Amino acid sequence: MDHLDRLEAQSIYILREAYRSFPNLAMLWSIGKDSTVLLWLTRKAFFSHVPYPLVHIDTAFKVPEMIRYRDEIAVQWDLNLVVGQNKEALAKGETFVNGLDRLSCCKKLKSDALKHTLDGTWARRKWNPYKKVWEDELNGAPYTGVIVGVRADEEGSRSKERVFSARDEKSEWDASTQPPELWNQYKTDFAPGTHVRIHPLLEWTELNIWEYIERENIPIINLYFNNGNGKRYRSLGCFPCTAPVDSEARNPKEIIEELTSGKFKDIAERSGRAQDKDGGGTLEALRKEGYM
Amino acid sequence: MQRLNIVITGHVDHGKSTLIGRLLADTDSLPQGKLESVKKMCENNARPFEYAFLLDALADEQKQGITIDSARVFFQSKKREYIIIDAPGHIEFLKNMISGASRAEAALLLIDAKEGVAENSKRHGMLLSLLGIKQVAIVVNKMDLVGFSEVAFNKLRIEYREYLATLGIKSDIFIPISAREGVNLIEHSKQTPWYKGPTVLEILDSFKSVEEKENDDFRMPLQDVYKFTRDNDDRRIYSGTVSSGALHVNDEVIFYPSLKRSRVASIESFNTPVKSSVKESEAVGFTLQTQIYVRNGEVVARADQSAPKVSNRFEANLFWLGAKPLELDKPYKIKIGSAQSTIYLEEIKRVIDGDTLDRADEPSVGRHEAACVVFRVHDLLAMELFAENQKLGRFVIVDEFDIAGGGIITEVLEQYTNRRTKSLHVNDVLVDKASSNAEFEEELFALLRKHFPHQFQLRRVLTRTLNTL
Repeated sequence: MDHLDRLEAQSIYILREAYRSFPNLAMLWSIGKDSTVLLWLTRKAFFSHVPYPLVHIDTAFKVPEMIRYRDEIAVQWDLNLVVGQNKEALAKGETFVNGLDRLSCCKKLKSDALKHTLDGTWARRKWNPYKKVWEDELNGAPYTGVIVGVRADEEGSRSKERVFSARDEKSEWDASTQPPELWNQYKTDFAPGTHVRIHPLLEWTELNIWEYIERENIPIINLYFNNGNGKRYRSLGCFPCTAPVDSEARNPKEIIEELTSGKFKDIAERSGRAQDKDGGGTLEALRKEGYM
Repeated sequence: MQRLNIVITGHVDHGKSTLIGRLLADTDSLPQGKLESVKKMCENNARPFEYAFLLDALADEQKQGITIDSARVFFQSKKREYIIIDAPGHIEFLKNMISGASRAEAALLLIDAKEGVAENSKRHGMLLSLLGIKQVAIVVNKMDLVGFSEVAFNKLRIEYREYLATLGIKSDIFIPISAREGVNLIEHSKQTPWYKGPTVLEILDSFKSVEEKENDDFRMPLQDVYKFTRDNDDRRIYSGTVSSGALHVNDEVIFYPSLKRSRVASIESFNTPVKSSVKESEAVGFTLQTQIYVRNGEVVARADQSAPKVSNRFEANLFWLGAKPLELDKPYKIKIGSAQSTIYLEEIKRVIDGDTLDRADEPSVGRHEAACVVFRVHDLLAMELFAENQKLGRFVIVDEFDIAGGGIITEVLEQYTNRRTKSLHVNDVLVDKASSNAEFEEELFALLRKHFPHQFQLRRVLTRTLNTL
């Protein structure tokens, strides 16, 4: 087994453990490369099937190609897609582009939307792959297990995550009271009102993700590649806060070269994400309140 | 590139995070600008720069200057890639140290040259042996504080080696270092001309990755059985991760403890060439020639190889991390392989304290204590001795909603019989369960036959299926 085989086997084990432990399980799909790898691993774990809904939080500030790609893949792979949005904040104009600070904007459009979509208190918009139509779901049942594609190498607080990580009633994370996690036995029991975040990609690095995308030939959104203008996105987010980087890489192979020997060898992946830089521990502050 | 998980343990303030921070800096493994930005942050806050700040990324940790949870740090030598698990040394965070260490294949255990062997130096040594980590090197840090004295180093080495011997750990790798000054981390230092052994990086590169051994007998805990009907998929796929050995198409398999048998019809996978065999560590799925009903958590073995042990009683070495003590005769949940059951503590043989002598006749096992105990389980379980098969010889105990302890099986004991009063109840339940399972299976297959008749007709397996039940 090479290192990708090991990572793949470990992630599949985690996905299967989540699937058998949580009656109401969902996976967050940000359309980015990590959660798309997670979606691919799901098809590996369940022999081409995707047996749980995929939740996408649409901030309304996503690059338009992302929404197009999302809906195409959903049709192609028969996905149960669930979309959540903070309609109230958008209607009131409480956003970064209207003068709100970045952190508060992230909290409203991402953390709050995520929390209320997961617990079912806000309407969920669902793609029905059988009827091929969008439907609204009101008062949906809360998801008790949520699969998330965070990686330990991205940022300090993510490096301290458990594979199965409990969130309390308010979706909050307390890093100092996490129960132990031994060998491949995870926290699969949970108190009413709480939910568990499942992190199958913790031990993958950015490089591993690209190596796997190349090996498996996974259809990744083309925003990650230079499509002729000498720029590409290294990390995808909302367009007002995520900048593309200068790069000539046109495919996974060239990205791997760039990461191993080229210009991004020693540069952090999230360096194009503005919200991480507003003072120390910003992403950690967001994560405590339920951010991915 | 190959990858190895290593854990760095030791008492609080003995310099684990400093060692890792320094290793990252000296091997150019840090992202561009990280070192400068942390140095600048220290300058702005008028604090002296510490290599540990590179790791203690959580805001809380920087305030208190201690490591709360096990961070994963990625690091590369010329030979391979490492995930270093920086485990907290403070007693309150022992659960985090264990979580980190349980993922490791090798360990560095740090001891402060000036302070000497501390409570957690001993406890961590014991826990590493309980977790099954056999490759351990002891790093004596802060040699600068004892003037790089060979005498001080040897004194500490003899003392700790004796302690490790009582745990059955035979480690003679001791490295004198100063993490802060970078002594003996990457290269040999002039400060310790008397030391001829390996440097920290050399010892890391010498650790062996846990290899898959195809010659071991096949074992696979059944994680789940899938039957996705979408797109007319009619496969019933028996899935799990292979603990040991190899399995091929047409091999005869036996499920334990139910003893049901069948033959492998196909190995299933997505986006790979067709497979005819699977081996250790792979997450796999296969179909069988007959459709048998088995329960999640049973252990699959090959009919031509040895059988796993089956019992409802065993002796174990256990460490307890729960807020409430582990008590006799109280129901807990055990998770072993992919099986779960209710478990009761039957006997505490002795409590092993990291600091003092072993104690007998204890009424319970308290937080942060280790003990040699006997458990009895509600259901029959397939299991192995930890010494023979690590993955099926280790288990966790769940108290309410959280994992509260872990352990390794040292002896599989005789099953409960009716002669023992305590066992009456347990055994009756087991018998009831077996008969109700049979009824349930008949009902289930009647339903399947009624609603999915085409499957049974197509495969003509119905008679055979009922025969195997």
